[in-house]
Amino acid sequence: MTSESEKIHRVSQKGMTRRDFMKFCGVVAGALGLEASFGPRIFKALASDQRPPILWLHFAECTGCTESVLRTTSPWFDELITDKVSLDYHETLMAAAGETVETLLYETAAKYAGQFFCVVEGAIPTANQGVYGMIGGRTMVSIAKEICPKAKAVIAIGTCASFGGLPAAFPNPTGAKGVKGALGRSFNVPLVNLPGCPPNPVTFVGTLASYLLLGKLPELDDYARPVFAYGKKVHEQCPYRDKNEDRCLEDIGCKGKRTFNNCPSVKFNDGTSWPVQAGHPCIGCSEPQFWDRMTPFYSESEGRGGEWDD
Amino acid sequence: MAQANSTISKKIVLDPITRIEGHLRIETELKDGKVADAWSTGSLFRGIEIILKGRNPEDAWLFTQRVCGVCTYVHGAASVRSVEDAVGLTVLPGNARIIRNLLMGAQFLHDHLIHFYHLHALDWVDIKSALAADPTKTSDLAVKISPDAPYIDFEAVRNRLETFVKSGQLGPFAAGYWGHPAYKLSSEENLLFVAHYFEALRQQARTARMHAIFGGKNPHVQSLRVGGVTCEEDINDTRIEEFRTILEETKDFIDNFYIPDVHVFAEKYPEWWTLGGSDNFLVYGEFQESDKRESLLFPQGVIFNGSDKVEPLDTLQIFEHVTHSWYEGTEALHPDTGETVPNYTGLNTSDRYSWLKAPRYLGLPMEVGPLARILVAYLTEQTGQNRVRQTVDSFLKKFRLEIGSLNSTLGRTAARALETQIIAEAMFEWIDALETGEGAYAPSNIPMFGEGMGLNEAPRGALGHWINIENAKIANYQMVVPSTWNFGPRCAENIPGPVEHALVNTPVADAGRPLEILRTIHSFDPCIACAVHVLDRKTARKYQVKVM
Repeated sequence: MTSESEKIHRVSQKGMTRRDFMKFCGVVAGALGLEASFGPRIFKALASDQRPPILWLHFAECTGCTESVLRTTSPWFDELITDKVSLDYHETLMAAAGETVETLLYETAAKYAGQFFCVVEGAIPTANQGVYGMIGGRTMVSIAKEICPKAKAVIAIGTCASFGGLPAAFPNPTGAKGVKGALGRSFNVPLVNLPGCPPNPVTFVGTLASYLLLGKLPELDDYARPVFAYGKKVHEQCPYRDKNEDRCLEDIGCKGKRTFNNCPSVKFNDGTSWPVQAGHPCIGCSEPQFWDRMTPFYSESEGRGGEWDD
Repeated sequence: MAQANSTISKKIVLDPITRIEGHLRIETELKDGKVADAWSTGSLFRGIEIILKGRNPEDAWLFTQRVCGVCTYVHGAASVRSVEDAVGLTVLPGNARIIRNLLMGAQFLHDHLIHFYHLHALDWVDIKSALAADPTKTSDLAVKISPDAPYIDFEAVRNRLETFVKSGQLGPFAAGYWGHPAYKLSSEENLLFVAHYFEALRQQARTARMHAIFGGKNPHVQSLRVGGVTCEEDINDTRIEEFRTILEETKDFIDNFYIPDVHVFAEKYPEWWTLGGSDNFLVYGEFQESDKRESLLFPQGVIFNGSDKVEPLDTLQIFEHVTHSWYEGTEALHPDTGETVPNYTGLNTSDRYSWLKAPRYLGLPMEVGPLARILVAYLTEQTGQNRVRQTVDSFLKKFRLEIGSLNSTLGRTAARALETQIIAEAMFEWIDALETGEGAYAPSNIPMFGEGMGLNEAPRGALGHWINIENAKIANYQMVVPSTWNFGPRCAENIPGPVEHALVNTPVADAGRPLEILRTIHSFDPCIACAVHVLDRKTARKYQVKVM
């Protein structure tokens, strides 16, 4: 059995001090809504030798979700990819290019079948046999159909991968869908949706940590969103929610009452701010079909609705 | 290894191109160990302009911002500018103009750091060679190239890298072109860059906080509005000081890491001062420093045939060609009157081969971006006192180079670093000019009918949005973006686009591992999600694709 001191030694060799690491475990416990006493258990879960492989697929996206995860500070992104997980496929960051990386994708998916996390960023264009999105001569929808079912779990990061997002906004010219919508009812791998445009990196790290800690996905709501991050409405947590407070933005279209997310409590960029603090109404960016249901953004009226294929 | 001297032509297809934003395919034909011809293909289409039709002009910026999450501010900024042009709003409250400059400036600082260290450096840096480095010698080297840089424990870095490699889980470093003969840095230089790669990953997260201070969050700042910015409450002494602290820290990083590291490439890769240049350059101009439109830190202008003369820009001379793109028709149209119907016909480099259109200025392909900005600014400003001129001159002098040498793969990378330094310096003056307690937003009414143009300089180059408003709704929206200029295909006259042209004559030592091709592609910092757009002036229903 590995003693705690050996483990600490191993962690610090990997580039993170024990103090940093305990801080990180505390942040994760907080994000998951766990007692502080869970810290040591998270510590144990995240100091294992084999780093879980992640295959990160980029489809119809803007790379904003990748950028958001790059902003993580507990742990820092370099710690995440060298100490915690193995980011085996990620087109924005990987050194290799072309055929080599294509081979790498399929080989890694086969080698770690049932063990890797598949992170999907972006919607999946499905109209006209998927010709609107191609990588290495293959359609994105065919790549998703091959890789996702082999995963231990699929994490749809962002509103596009969760619900279709921007490309799926009316009139959805490319037939864009979220992971669940594109892969259909027969797709039965555990799926977590982390909507947001982009979602907070704390939500992503918390989801990973929860899986590593408890061996299962965090508790999910009807839209497959983790309750720890999407259990409360933005409005309920908003410090300006009192209508008498002159910073309440409801009359210029704030969508906080219709939006489930952790923005006011976690804030963005290491707790620096969040949109309503910057004087701008919430646009409801983590809700299905928000580009249609929440627009016009600067008005109290309801949007056009629109079809939503889960 | 393929023979470098074979006279038989050989095709290399790189798909996907990694370490970029978006989905890009590059095909090249090699002759005698050099690139003889190249074709650039954008392989994703989302149709954002179609989605914008019929919506409120005031909402447009939140949609267009999602064109790109890397240059996450620029499409929002161009959009509000286009609507303000339609409204007839020419002067914004002073604080609004300054906050927008600061947000744009922070975008450049962040974007260029990530590009250099995480998207481009591995074209020049051999990670595996770093394992053989002597940490003590690396420390000496670090002090020599940058005496004021903070201390780094290179032994710990090397041990960390060793542990990582021994784990057998190489993550993003798996299957790189390690050991390739075109890598020229010593093991110590390589280890230095590994350390800086990790340092920069942390710095970019700190630098991005500048956006959060006046924008609520990053990526996808949320504090713009037609008529100004919403963050009036944040224009206070505490927030200004917080911003200044991060700016200082970022400026230190640029001065002590980024610039000296570019110097290392400049010395060790001299042949790249002569490869990968362009003929023509176009700049819309950016960072308006007073209420006068023309008071720009980077002035507007165009350069033809690599001359040293800057000509005035006439936006009416911009046309988009679709002869080699997957759209119906062959007529080149101005963005204001364009009509495009997607029509995917399969990839055929002698016919149609990209979702990108081919923008042309007076019929010519134009390079946009850092190199264009530096050249236009340098050649416009004849006095040695100018900030751009001083920074560029001191760089050129250090390496005994002429201004013309910047027109190259390495020159593009150097120009990006130099403008990062120039912008960071200017930002200190801007933050000092903010007036606490003053407003930053002037409400305006969207007209029933109107049209507007919003031009700016994104980190990757000239960006333009064109809007037509009918019955107070968006009737038509068009974006002509930097990577469409740079990575677009051939035009109606079959003239290659800037990257297709710049790749010609690139030496390729090993056709199976075309590292050299990646250097020139990455020097342009492709952003392909930005580049692929479509406009349909008629109805969305007309939109059809024929699969062949």
